[in-house]
Amino acid sequence: MERTIRVVIAKPGLDGHDRGAKIIARSLRDAGMEVIYTGLHQTPEQIVETAIQEDADAVGISILSGAHMTLVPRIVEGLRENEAGDVLVVVGGTIPAEDAEELRRLGVAEVFTPGASTSAIVDFLRGALAPA
Amino acid sequence: MARVEERRSTGLEAWRARFESLRLREGEAFTSISGAEVEPLATPETVEIDYGRDLGYPGAFPFTRGVYPSMYRGRLWTMRQFAGFGTAEETNARFRYLLEHGQTGLSCAFDMPALMGVDSDSPRAVGEVGREGVAVASLEDMRVLFAGIPLGEVSTSMTINSSAAIALAMYLVVGEEQGVARERLRGTIQTDILKEYIAQKEFIFPPGPSLRLVTDMVEFCAAEMPLWHPISISGYHIREAGSTAAQELAFTLKNGFTYVEWALARGLDVDSFAPRLSFFFNAHLDFFEEIAKYRAARRIWARELRDRYGARDERSLLMRFHTQTAGVSLTWQQPLVNVARTAIEALAAVLGGTQSLHTNSYDEALALPTEDAVRLALRTQQVIAHETGVVNTIDPLGGSYHVEALTNRLEAEAYELFHRIDELGGMVAAIEQNMPQREIADAAYRYQQEVEAEQRVVVGVNRYQTETDDEIPILRIDPELERKQIERLHAFKARRDSAAVERRIAELSEAASVDGRNLMPVIVDAVSDGVTLGEICDAWRTVWGTWREQPVF
Repeated sequence: MERTIRVVIAKPGLDGHDRGAKIIARSLRDAGMEVIYTGLHQTPEQIVETAIQEDADAVGISILSGAHMTLVPRIVEGLRENEAGDVLVVVGGTIPAEDAEELRRLGVAEVFTPGASTSAIVDFLRGALAPA
Repeated sequence: MARVEERRSTGLEAWRARFESLRLREGEAFTSISGAEVEPLATPETVEIDYGRDLGYPGAFPFTRGVYPSMYRGRLWTMRQFAGFGTAEETNARFRYLLEHGQTGLSCAFDMPALMGVDSDSPRAVGEVGREGVAVASLEDMRVLFAGIPLGEVSTSMTINSSAAIALAMYLVVGEEQGVARERLRGTIQTDILKEYIAQKEFIFPPGPSLRLVTDMVEFCAAEMPLWHPISISGYHIREAGSTAAQELAFTLKNGFTYVEWALARGLDVDSFAPRLSFFFNAHLDFFEEIAKYRAARRIWARELRDRYGARDERSLLMRFHTQTAGVSLTWQQPLVNVARTAIEALAAVLGGTQSLHTNSYDEALALPTEDAVRLALRTQQVIAHETGVVNTIDPLGGSYHVEALTNRLEAEAYELFHRIDELGGMVAAIEQNMPQREIADAAYRYQQEVEAEQRVVVGVNRYQTETDDEIPILRIDPELERKQIERLHAFKARRDSAAVERRIAELSEAASVDGRNLMPVIVDAVSDGVTLGEICDAWRTVWGTWREQPVF
């Protein structure tokens, strides 16, 4: 039997825009994944802790506040420092192309920008987390 | 007469029979963007219009056709572009630019740390200073923000909620420093905390103390700032979070009634504050549904204020509102197409009788807008105002069978939602039970599924895509600005009389723990002595605690 994919959907920083995060959380759940939504106003450290405690396969970070270049690297680094560098990190939000490139260079698996379909996100996670 | 009626309905039946026999387009849903069924044709038989009861004349009860007798022949709406980024210097320059280009009022966006009650130098603010609005932590920031702008002549709108009382106190002090008495200051502060719990999620304190702060502001403004609007009851963010038009209408009005009830419980006379309550709606893409929403909103507000809350002053019945085009309708793909979307939305707001309007810039799905993009958005309003002729006739769609039917439908849906909220124990109880949050999340999810199933076409996103999107310049916020802001704040804190600051903080805590004491004068004293926005909120966090939602998705 196929293992159920576990995903933490996280809202870092002071940003309160949660429409996208909730839609993604529900879409992943409807696609059969186990979803843990952190709720709002999380620090990068709290998100790392949740990902580890929940034994997540992936963390989906939703951010629309423009603070992505500060907050996302802290989550990626925090996971590595806690020997959880294998947790797949994906980001969704208003991320300019050059920032997306930089985030991928830092270890983010994929960056989804406005208009991305939920099915594309589901497919990406399934593909990236498929057993080798 | 009877024969005419008969012939009419025979005509309707004949049309319906023919219509139903014809082949219709398949694929796209014939529903509104809110998912509501739409009749293919509205006729005198399909809509009940009692002109005197439901429409009346502009400037007269129930104000469906407009709040003023002359509407845009008397005065155009205020063109008010929302602006704020970086430090107070950058935003001050943008304000002056907009005033030079014919804008008629200011509208200030604060950054996330200010909205969430943390100072720019807090660890929680790292990376967020000046990103989504202007950084304001101290009175000094507010001084710089309005430097060279005569506060006795402009009207200013400030979009801030949890920490609104502090921003208002700072504005008042800066005004008085410029020599403008508080009773002459004109403007609006959003202060609408209920929609924060429901949709925008920039809350700090639990609902009880938050509503006490709101009521303190209402009471203070009624007594000391007669030209100020202490609350802008906002549907905008509710809609952006994914609600339907009916939910936007119902939750906004119900929030408004809740503020009225708190002020009445404080012992205020309804006519002493109701004329200064203002509203803020979204202008989404579903053209007629939006126009109907504004018309229904005016009618419901006037009726409830008069009949339920006992308002006698006609000004208490007037729903005056600001409108902003729907940020959520802007696409990242082919951003220039957003110019067309925004123009159509702005036209709906004008045909709906708005008092004030912000048009989004085409680049706002990507970043905060550039100067050129903002100017184009402002020009869009100027074209509507001066070139299209739509301003010449008041409520030009009044009497349209379709628009009247939609107005009636939205009104009925709003009353259904009021009833459901009342059954839960009122709006605060409904929020605590996640009812509006869940309704909005469900509507947002349904919409997303419709887009993905291509029942709803979004140009450039799920149809008419191009290989590459147009390259447009975007505004980048210099990360250096965060450092500059923190330096200014540190210098400001170093200059203060620290004993006075401590005394003021103790006063703020004490006043917060005493019910029935108006906090506004205490806040004015505190900011005058240099207590910062974050310090004030920290004092209250200790007394009141903070709010954490149990999220539903």
